[in-house]
Formats: sequence, structure tokens, C-alpha cells
Amino acid sequence: MSKRNHSVVRDEEESLIEVESLTVTYDTPDGDVHALRDISLSLDRGETLGIAGESGSGKSTLALALLDYLDENGRITSGSIRYDGRRIHDLSADELRALRGNRLAHVPQDPNTALNPALRVGEQITETIREHTDKTTRAAQERLYELLETVQIGDAAYTADQYPHELSGGMQQRVLIAMALSCDPDLLILDEPTTGLDVTTQATVLDLVRDLNESFNTTIVLITHDLSVIANTCERAMILYAGEVMETGSVSQVFNSPTHPYTQGLLAAVPRIRDERTMNSVPGRTPALAEIPEGCVFADRCAFSTADCRTAPIDMTAVDADGEAPHRTRCCHWEDAVSDPIEPETVSERTRGETSSDESPLLNASNVTKYFDTPTFLDRISGGNPPVKAVDGVDLSVQRGETLALVGESGCGKSTLGACLVDVLERTSGEITFNGDRLADLRGSARDEFRSNAQIVFQNPHSSLNPRKRIGDQLHRAVTTLTDLDRTARRDRVEELLDHVGLDSTHAARYPHELSGGEKQRVAIARAFAGNPAFVVLDEPVSALDVSVQANILDLLDRLREEYDTSYLFISHDLRVVKHSSDRVAVMYLGQIVEVGSRESVFNPPYHPYTRALLSANPDLDPETDAERIQLDGDVPSARDPPTGCPFHTRCPQYIGEKCDRQEPELTPVETADGDTHHIACHLSADELEDGLEL
Amino acid sequence: MNSFHRYLLKRLVYVLLNLVGLSVVVFCITVVLPGNAAETILGRYATPENVATLERELGLHRPHHVQYLDWVAGFVTGDWGTSFRHNRPVFDLVVTRGIRSAYLAVISLVAIVAVSIPAGIIAAVYSESTLDAGITGLAYVGISVPEFVTGTGLLVLFAGPVWSVFPAGGYTPLSAGGPVEWASHLVLPVITLTFLSIAHLVRLTRTEMIETLQSEYVRTARLKGLDERTVVLKHAVRNGLLPTVTLLAMNVGYLVGGVVVVEEVFAYPGLGRLLVGAVLHRDIPVLQATVLLVAGIYMFANLGADLLYTYFDPRISYGSSAR
Repeated sequence: MSKRNHSVVRDEEESLIEVESLTVTYDTPDGDVHALRDISLSLDRGETLGIAGESGSGKSTLALALLDYLDENGRITSGSIRYDGRRIHDLSADELRALRGNRLAHVPQDPNTALNPALRVGEQITETIREHTDKTTRAAQERLYELLETVQIGDAAYTADQYPHELSGGMQQRVLIAMALSCDPDLLILDEPTTGLDVTTQATVLDLVRDLNESFNTTIVLITHDLSVIANTCERAMILYAGEVMETGSVSQVFNSPTHPYTQGLLAAVPRIRDERTMNSVPGRTPALAEIPEGCVFADRCAFSTADCRTAPIDMTAVDADGEAPHRTRCCHWEDAVSDPIEPETVSERTRGETSSDESPLLNASNVTKYFDTPTFLDRISGGNPPVKAVDGVDLSVQRGETLALVGESGCGKSTLGACLVDVLERTSGEITFNGDRLADLRGSARDEFRSNAQIVFQNPHSSLNPRKRIGDQLHRAVTTLTDLDRTARRDRVEELLDHVGLDSTHAARYPHELSGGEKQRVAIARAFAGNPAFVVLDEPVSALDVSVQANILDLLDRLREEYDTSYLFISHDLRVVKHSSDRVAVMYLGQIVEVGSRESVFNPPYHPYTRALLSANPDLDPETDAERIQLDGDVPSARDPPTGCPFHTRCPQYIGEKCDRQEPELTPVETADGDTHHIACHLSADELEDGLEL
Repeated sequence: MNSFHRYLLKRLVYVLLNLVGLSVVVFCITVVLPGNAAETILGRYATPENVATLERELGLHRPHHVQYLDWVAGFVTGDWGTSFRHNRPVFDLVVTRGIRSAYLAVISLVAIVAVSIPAGIIAAVYSESTLDAGITGLAYVGISVPEFVTGTGLLVLFAGPVWSVFPAGGYTPLSAGGPVEWASHLVLPVITLTFLSIAHLVRLTRTEMIETLQSEYVRTARLKGLDERTVVLKHAVRNGLLPTVTLLAMNVGYLVGGVVVVEEVFAYPGLGRLLVGAVLHRDIPVLQATVLLVAGIYMFANLGADLLYTYFDPRISYGSSAR
């Protein structure tokens, strides 16, 4: 800290970054498009600012503008960005190069594509050091190890020698952060640093960001679509919508007393884990940049809007000039919004599907395994690799009308299991019965019937729809294959499906790229429901979508479940989402189920140590909570070479020794305080499971 | 044995199996073809008695599989038979001619790499500029002109009555005429042989490099403050050249085929002409040996390209399918 003090004193009066009514314009074939309008912000040394917005809000453009790195057709048409008093966009190419990576560092969104696949990660970091300092190769190497240690990479020498594809997403993200830190930058811009990561990894990366700010006084701009990421990491927050700032202030001002209807809506949309209130969605969709409305850009989606919102541009109004930070909002009705705020609804008791326990399950899987990469003959005789055990002996049943959630980190085998259950993927062994029939015995028409009855919705609607076919044709195709309706009835069915998923017949003539992410996912859901399925696997159905539309899709799924009397297997890595949309929960780790039970029993103690870690890793919306998170060491081990004994013992915070190493625990019934029974695979006794960290 | 060795072994086994299969096919063709070697050799002296005697001498009266095995055994021990036409051991013939063709092919390959890759990179870095327009324009011309047109055109221009700069054809060994004389016979064939490939590769390299220069890791490199030279040469080239490497390997096969055409046009006494002559005169031992040799070269070139891939793209790790 001390070495930094002099610079803090020197710059006391001047902000590090000063953006003044910035407008960024893109030259497009359809004319000029203003991607950012009237953005002002000022950051002092050591401050942390979180910028939040949906896709299309211009947040990444802003991040890149701060480094004067815009696409070729983009330019700053008015306003200015000053760094240390100098206008960034007036600098020469060489002056700019001297700042980038050195004083101003950027951590990009997708670590998988942002690292050069052909260079070792150590080299990618040291080249930055050598570019900006006159350190010798040896000194740069030392600095590299120091940096890798800072970002909590254990075996620095080993990791430095790896290629990016040999590292997990979380490790890649840490490498990128180390790279950005290599020259002690004044400003660190993180663009969605945790979006592609598991909650557990997200928690450690966010802790790391906070540490960096505390120990090195690094100024941080963190950009995200997930407000809960900002709550515990930043001091100040800025809400961006369609290229304009909607609200700005300290995190506690913005999160605890939001004044803009959009901020309130976004906050209500974030799923909550420690709160019984459900999530809402913000109605409508972000306008395309070419069709920004006159006046207030949010008016079309706003519950408070009046005619005068749409006449003239709205200026920022000061809400509280004397608070910890200037709290400003771009709304002419903010006082109304404050007195009658948009809030998440208190949850009404979930209407559960008609289930009776004595009825036989709809689907029953016993001892299902799925191995990838089973060695060929030649591999075996020459000592090849063992197979990847993606699913390793799973017993699971789904009752009629229920939603069974399947949760776990990426790589735990949950998607593979889901695909095996509907026979999209052929299992290696094990038996599945559906409606009492063994799947392996189904032939001919019985098999077709199973296909209509058991469907799957994939995570990413952008890639699961055929980009070259109209929505109507894609649905028509599904209706043709999954039902035996005649020609006219098929057309009616398509209309009906569109209506059931909240779209109208005008959507039928459109192509997927003309729809928003949420609309596309509705189409994918409609397709799955074409044949009146009794069982649908939902593989991360909302995780590729903006927070603001997630609740909409979840509501839709709930409604369809009741209308069609369908059961779901709801696969998700996000326990917050699961909490509001499931009857039972199964937790999966390295191809095995480690805990299964009713939603109430899984979300309440006693927990499996892994479930407990997952729960504690979820970020909270309340800026004041500072709950200790359980840190899991390292990554999920390779499924090619899983640990002996309990698969979780290598990372378990409640590891008890040899027994865990050697003996594989079985699912045993454990009672919660309410007398609810659920099954946990752990060697600890019920009392021991209760102990430990509080959530 | 690590996974790489295992992979290499597997590939070599495949190459061997392919060669064996091919040798059977080649042998069968010579059996199926109308007229046998004895008749061909004897030509118009082929009275039934003469043919029968020669057949016995050549061993053609034996069952086919015995003939085949005999031929294979000879082939692996270096006894490739005797050319009917040249009356010389096939092995010597193929080696002498092969070396001449190798000069042509290797020089062409080097020329292709040395011209097309830099040109493609320059066109990509300065894309949409006049320089790019010039390079791309030339490449367009290149891909639309077949090599017999290029060859004839070059002959008319540089070996004809207008400018008689280069010899119109033929070959002078290094030992006989010295390097200048030797090289002068190679210039026009090499240009003919490389023109089309260079044009193809320039276009491919340019497209791939433009795409790579827009990738996120190139953006990362620029945002590190690296200068554009390092960004292009260190970060973009290794990834952008991957498809070029594939096409280059395919070009080796093409070169072998192109050699046949070009050697005919320039009367260059290499493997190609030997092959054409062998086909025309039913010189079966030569035909068999040349076809197998050319196929072998082609297979090893492909294997080489796949191995080169691992250098350019470490994500491709042979032997294990782990991502």
C-alpha cells in the first residue's frame, strides 16, 4: 500500500477517469446509430464501479471506449474521455499502446476465446510485461510467478507452461486477470468476468477482484448483466439501458433505494436464494439501436410512463446530492417510483403437480452409466486412456406432474444424464423405464410414441433453432413428426403452440435472427411441446437469457406443466433459479447423485457438504451482507480419472480422513428439522452435517 | 509408449495397409488389361510360339497370386524388375528420373510457400487497400488459368521467337552443364507448376488471416499494448495459417500430378514422362513402380501435414480425444 500513497496524494483533486457526456456513434448501412448517448462518469483512484445492463445496453462498447478501442465504423461523436487529465481519443497510436495493458487493463468476457490457443499462457503474460517494462526475461518470469500467485493459481510453474485449452474456464479467467495485472494498472476493466463460470468459481473470482482493490488500491470497473455480482464487489453502481445511464449512485443507494423503474424492475428480476420472494421479469424488450424512441428510452416498458415522457430527452436528476456518492436518476417520475416501487412478489405456495406417492413413477432410471471415449482394441493393447465416466451409476425417478431439478457444476454430467433419460444419447449401461415400459424394449410405433412423449429443450436457443427456416415451418415440422394430425389440424396446432408460449401468429413468418433470446427460447419450448409430452428435459433453459426475461420463461414453463400435465427434469447450475421452480432437487457431482430430496429438504440443513458449498457460493443482492463463502479448492477432478472413495473428498471442506478416500458413501436417508426425509451420500452423521459453517 | 507414439504407429500401419491394397489394385490392372507383356514386347514378332516361350521366361504362366507375391518380394528387396522399353533395371530408372522430378517439385513447393503466404498475409493486413486489390486481382487471374495454358503461354513468350530467354525444354544434368544451365531448364516448368497453387493459397491465407485478425484473442493482444507487427506475426499467423497447411499438403499431391502435365509440355525427362511413356508402351514393371511411389509420396505428405498441425495448433493432440 505504501508505495502507492504518493500517487494517491498527487492526484487527490483529479479523477483517474473522467467521462463527459460521451456519445459513441456507429456508421451502419442504415445510417448512424448512437450506441452510447450522454454518458458521464468520474472515477477516483481506488474506486470500484459496477456497470449493469441487459444485452444491447452498450456496456461492452463503453468498456472498450475507455481504452479507445472501437470497431472501425465506431467513433466518439461528442463528449470526451480523460485519463489522468489527457483526452484518450486524442492520443497517437504509440501513446495509446503505451497505456493499454500497462496503465489501462481489460479483462474480456469469454476467456475461452480471448486467450491465444497457440501460445502457452505464461508466454502470453510475460510478453505484456516485457512490452511495457525493461525487465529481463528472468525478472519477467519471476513477476509471472508472483502474478499467478496473486490470482491464486497454485502450481504457477506448471500452469504457466500449459496451453489455454488445457485449463478450466475458471483458470483461464484467472490467467486473463493476471495478464491484466502484470504492469500494476491504474484501471482494471472487467467485462462480464464471471458470466461463463460456475457459481463456485464465480465466487472465488469475485473475492479475488475485491482483494485486488483492497490490497493494491486498483481502480476497478466491473461490467455485468447480473446485479448480484455487483452488490458485494463494488462501491458504486451504474445502470445502463439502450445506451444511456438510467441511474447511478453508491451500491447501497442503487440497490436499497432504487429510484428508476428500470432499476427496480431489474432488481426484482434477480433470483434470490435467501429470500422467499419470487422473481419478476421486466416486460417488453430492449429497443434495437436503430429504433431508439424519442424522449425516455425506457418509456415503452415502464409502468409509470406518461405522455410527457416521450416528448423531449430526459436529463439526469439528482436524487440525493449529499449521500456517500451523488445519486442520480434519469426519470421524470422517480418520486412516484420511490413511493410505489416495483418489488418482487411474495411467493405464493407453488402449485405442485398432482402427485401421489403410491403411484408408480413416470420415469425410472436405475444404475444408468454413460462413458465417453471407451478405448478401442488398439488403445487397449497399447495401454490407452481409460474412458470418461460422465454418468456413473445413477438411480433416479421422476413422478408424474413434478419438476425434478438436477444441479451441479459444469462437467458433473447433468446434461449427459438428461440426454440419456430421453434417449437422445445412448447410455452405456443401466435400465430406464417410462410409463412402466423398458426403453430398451420399445420398437416401431411404441418408440415413436416415446419420442413424442419425452422431449428436450436445450440451453442455447441461438444455436438450437435452424437459422434458415421460418419459425412456423420449424414448428410445423415438429408437429408433423411428433403427432399424427392431418394437414389442417397441423396448421391449427402450430397456431395453438405459438399462443401457448405467448407468441402470436406473426412470429410464424419470421426467422430466428429476427427474434430476441427470450422469444427464441419460447419457440424451442413450443417445439418440445408439439406432441403433448409427458416428460420434458429442460437443459439450462434460462441461463443463456438476460436476467430480465428469465422469470418470464420460468412462469411460462410452470404454466405449461399444469396445462399439459407434464413432468420436468430441470437441469441448472443456478440454485437460485431452481429454488423457485422445482418440487424435488437432485445434486450431482462427477457423474453421481450426492443428494436428493424435496426442495425444502435440500435447501435446509442438514446439507451434503457439496450442496452447502454450492448454496453459499451464490451471490446475494443485499450489499450489506458479508456472509463468509465456502471456498472449494481447485476444479472438479477429471471424470477420466475420478478420485477413489467419495468423489468429492478431494475438495470437501468437511473431509474426515481415510474413510472418505477409500469407501464410496451411499445415499442414506437423513431427516431435516421439519421431519422431511432426503437422501445424502456422505460418511458424516446427520449431526455432523448440521455443524460447520452457517449460511 | 505415449499417446503420440501410439498415434504415429497407427498412422504408419494405415499407410502400409493402403500401399498393400494399392499394390494389389495395380497388379490386377496389369492382369486385366488386354494383351500381356510378352505380346507387347514382341510386338509384330508375336507368333503364338514366341509368345509362349517369352511368357515362360517372364514367369507369366504361373498363377496370378504367385506372380503377385513374387513381384512384392522383389519390390521390397529392391529388385523392381527390368523395363521392357528401356531395357534397364526399373529401380535405377525410377531413381534417376525421380530425382529430376524431385528438383521440380521441391523447388515448386518452396516457391509456393515463399510467395503465397507472405502475399496472403500482406493482403489481409492491408485489406481493402490498393495493394490488397492488386494481390487479390492477380490471384483471380491465377485460379482461372489452367497449367497447360500457362505452360504454353510461357513457352511462346519466353522460349519463342520474341524473347528467347529460356530453353524450350529438355534437361541438362548439374554435372554436365553447371548450375546456370541446369536452372534455366527449371524456371518455366516451376512457374507453370506453381501459378495455380500460389493463387489458391493466397486467397485462402488472406481470408483466414482477415478472420483471425478479428478474433477475440487478437483483440486481447492489441489491448495489451503490443505493436501491430507482433500482433500479426506472433498472435495471428500461427492460427490463421492452419487451413493453409492443409491445402499445402493437398498441393503436394497436386504437384505430383501437375508434374506429369508440365514434364510433357516442357519435354522434361522426369518421373512424369516416365509414367506417361510406361502407360503408352505397356511397360508394366515401370508403371507399377511409379504408381506405387507416387501414391507413397502422397500418403506421407498427408501424414506430414497432420503432424505439422500439432505444431501450429496445440489443441489438436493426437492419440487422445480429450478436448
